[in-house]
Amino acid sequence: MKAQFSGIRRILSGASALAASLMFSGMFAGNALAEDLLGQPTPGAIDLQPAASELKHHAIQFHNLVLMPIITLITLLVLGLLIWIVVRYNKKANPVPAKFSHNTTIEIIWTLVPVLILMVIAIFSFRLLFHYNDMPKPYMTVKATGYQWYWGYEYPDQKISEIVSLPLTKEQADAKKVPYLLAADKAMVVPVNQVVRVQVTGADVIHAFALPAFGLKIDAIPGRLNETWFKAEKTGVYYGQCSELCGVDHSNMPIEIQVVTQAQFDAWVKEKVAPPAAASAPAAAPAAPAEGAAPAAAPATSGATPATAPAAAPASAPAAAPAAPAA
Amino acid sequence: MAHAADTHGHGGHDDADHKPPFIARWFFSTNHKDIGTLYILFAIMAGLVGGALSGLIRWELMHPGIQVFTDNGLLAQLGVFKGKHGFNAVVTAHALIMIFFMVMPAMIGGYGNWFVPIMIGAPDMAFPRMNNISFWLLVAAWILLVSSMFVDGGPGRGFGGGWTIYPPLSTIGHKGPAMDLAILSLHLAGASSILGAINFITTIFNMRAPGMTLHRMPLFAWSVLITAFLLLLSLPVLAGAITMLLTDRNFGTHFFDPAAGGDPVMFQHLFWFFGHPEVYILILPGFGIISHIVSTFSKKPVFGYLAMAYAMVAIGFVGFVVWAHHMYTVGMSINLRAYFVAATMIIAVPTGVKIFSWIATMWGGSLEFKTPMLWAIGFIFLFTVGGVTGVVLSNAGIDYSLHDTYYVVAHFHYVLSLGAVFAIFAGFFYWFEKMWGVKYNEFLGCVQFWIMFVGVNLIFFPQHFLGLQGMPRRYVDYPEAFAKWNYVSSVGYMITAAGVGVFLILLLEAAIRRRPAVANPWGEGATTLEWTLSSPPPFHQFSEPPVIKEDSHH
Repeated sequence: MKAQFSGIRRILSGASALAASLMFSGMFAGNALAEDLLGQPTPGAIDLQPAASELKHHAIQFHNLVLMPIITLITLLVLGLLIWIVVRYNKKANPVPAKFSHNTTIEIIWTLVPVLILMVIAIFSFRLLFHYNDMPKPYMTVKATGYQWYWGYEYPDQKISEIVSLPLTKEQADAKKVPYLLAADKAMVVPVNQVVRVQVTGADVIHAFALPAFGLKIDAIPGRLNETWFKAEKTGVYYGQCSELCGVDHSNMPIEIQVVTQAQFDAWVKEKVAPPAAASAPAAAPAAPAEGAAPAAAPATSGATPATAPAAAPASAPAAAPAAPAA
Repeated sequence: MAHAADTHGHGGHDDADHKPPFIARWFFSTNHKDIGTLYILFAIMAGLVGGALSGLIRWELMHPGIQVFTDNGLLAQLGVFKGKHGFNAVVTAHALIMIFFMVMPAMIGGYGNWFVPIMIGAPDMAFPRMNNISFWLLVAAWILLVSSMFVDGGPGRGFGGGWTIYPPLSTIGHKGPAMDLAILSLHLAGASSILGAINFITTIFNMRAPGMTLHRMPLFAWSVLITAFLLLLSLPVLAGAITMLLTDRNFGTHFFDPAAGGDPVMFQHLFWFFGHPEVYILILPGFGIISHIVSTFSKKPVFGYLAMAYAMVAIGFVGFVVWAHHMYTVGMSINLRAYFVAATMIIAVPTGVKIFSWIATMWGGSLEFKTPMLWAIGFIFLFTVGGVTGVVLSNAGIDYSLHDTYYVVAHFHYVLSLGAVFAIFAGFFYWFEKMWGVKYNEFLGCVQFWIMFVGVNLIFFPQHFLGLQGMPRRYVDYPEAFAKWNYVSSVGYMITAAGVGVFLILLLEAAIRRRPAVANPWGEGATTLEWTLSSPPPFHQFSEPPVIKEDSHH
């Protein structure tokens, strides 16, 4: 009976050789990662979007260094065993079948080894999960509300009432040279290197607030106030998309976060809360509630909104255009 | 497993083969084999419809922008699936059809009905008339679901809220009658499955032949028994949840309406308390089928029979306590999330036992790569791929990046489309001669396998990449950056469709050539009772129950 499994041992030693070659391919994958765009999907890319926050860094490490090697090895082990069986135990190579149907030792091994592997995974998994949960003291809060089909961002700390962030039409996106279905007419503006608490709720149906570069995803559920957080490491523009089926225009409900320097953020806040006397604000104040109501009927009729776009938008727009390396 | 130690020439019993006339035989049928055949034909029909719908999805997603689901395109002019809502309706219908009207009828209604009574040495199911009701309730459910696609849903024709039917999108988001029809369809499909489950449990517990103890029962019968328990315990929860949805929609209740003290998340808990066992319902009978095929074509008994049976029991049991891993992003407490991470990971252990036991069954065997065996080996590898991505998704910390993205779509299609469907094809060819009484063309069978193996992998493997890059699922249009892998995925669909074409040619060829079947085409490896009967078996088998003696390997 033991002899039956000597082949398995041979395969296992082969698998460890595969593991070594995997390390090399892992290094190449690391190179590929560096070419990925930051804050948006990269054409043809095959890995997680690069991180722009601590949480996502941890998630990528967990995925690329713990999970991927383990699942690749297991899959290659199974594939290797199957290939070995096909070659060694086909009818021609092995005309007389063995008749064994039990081997307690090997059964105990293939029950206990997965348990140990899973316990290793669980250690990292719980660490990451609790990391997500342990929000540091937030610098500020943004309340994101999902509507059919746009987002609203409210800044209770800065006393900025809800900013309606509408999707762009293809023509508008092309004119502004921003990615269609990712860019919105107005972004959620936050300062760099500060802990931002995002409180998320839904106004009509369930939506989900997602931002891949920060590793965020939390459902926007009517009647609930969900909470998550991020601390952006770099200035720039970061895109996400609604991630819970919410009806007809589910695919055109972009989430855009502009991360700016503290000074730019302070200036932006100042502009937002400035008395109506300054600049074109008198027109903007009455316009805001009207915008909130209009999109429900026709989300595309936002041609006038770029005029009231925050001053920070042009400042950080160039950051979106070049392929910012993740390294 | 047990061998039939005492079998008579049942095929020779003239009195056992009196078939009723056509209408009585196929519409008022009480014969488990005829009802099984009806289920299989129904599943093939539903599979073609569901497959065509997925074709519309891949056609639309082949390129960025909206090409198929426009407001005045071909589909809109046909009056169905108009615009972006039409896409959502197609996605919803594809899921519901494939789950409730393709995989379940094929596995449980089809193979379960055909082979569970034979494998345990019973003459028929315990409740033959109830068996007939189960099938025709499913037809009624199908009619309701198809009607639902053609009536007003609210934003357009059909219901476009996904198979998960989360409120408020399924209440205030879809005010038209389409959702009500879909709910009633699920009610009937659920009732059909509950009746079927009662029938299987009763049959297996009471009608086993002398000597056929539970621990000698073939693994397919075990898998259907466990599946039946999952159905019996989970479907009533779905029925309750969708009834509350129905009264929320029509009779002014507020179970899921937060404005009146209800809770939309409550629905998700109820739904997934059903929904997670449901995915095991879809795959467990496949586990049973694969065990038989691997053993038959290796000419070796199943390795670790008891571990295989109790691994399925464990999967079924743990499957009931992991439901909220579908809900990591709804804002559950941290302890709850941590629990569901741990519980979900545990499922990998019995699943691993099954994978390794199949490999050990083949180890030392004398393998013959007939069509069913190709599908079975394909199943083992692809189910492993789907399984390990499941381990990735079980980690809530990673799920925040992958939840509701194409990574999830890739994962569940690897375990269902490439797992359950491969098992269905494996079983179809394994029992082809037994069920239809004619032989299939081995060459066409192999060609279909290889085309579909390449095709489905090309569809779903690139979807992992899309998901890792963050492409959300259920999107009619996507940013340019996702174009490449979506294109590859759609090319994969075309290859798969060609494979389905070969399958239909194979059916036609077998029907025209009518090569007479033999009782046991697979030789010494095929040890279960169905191979002791003629092909097709007599209309009534085992009027005298066979006596099962202890297997020499135990």
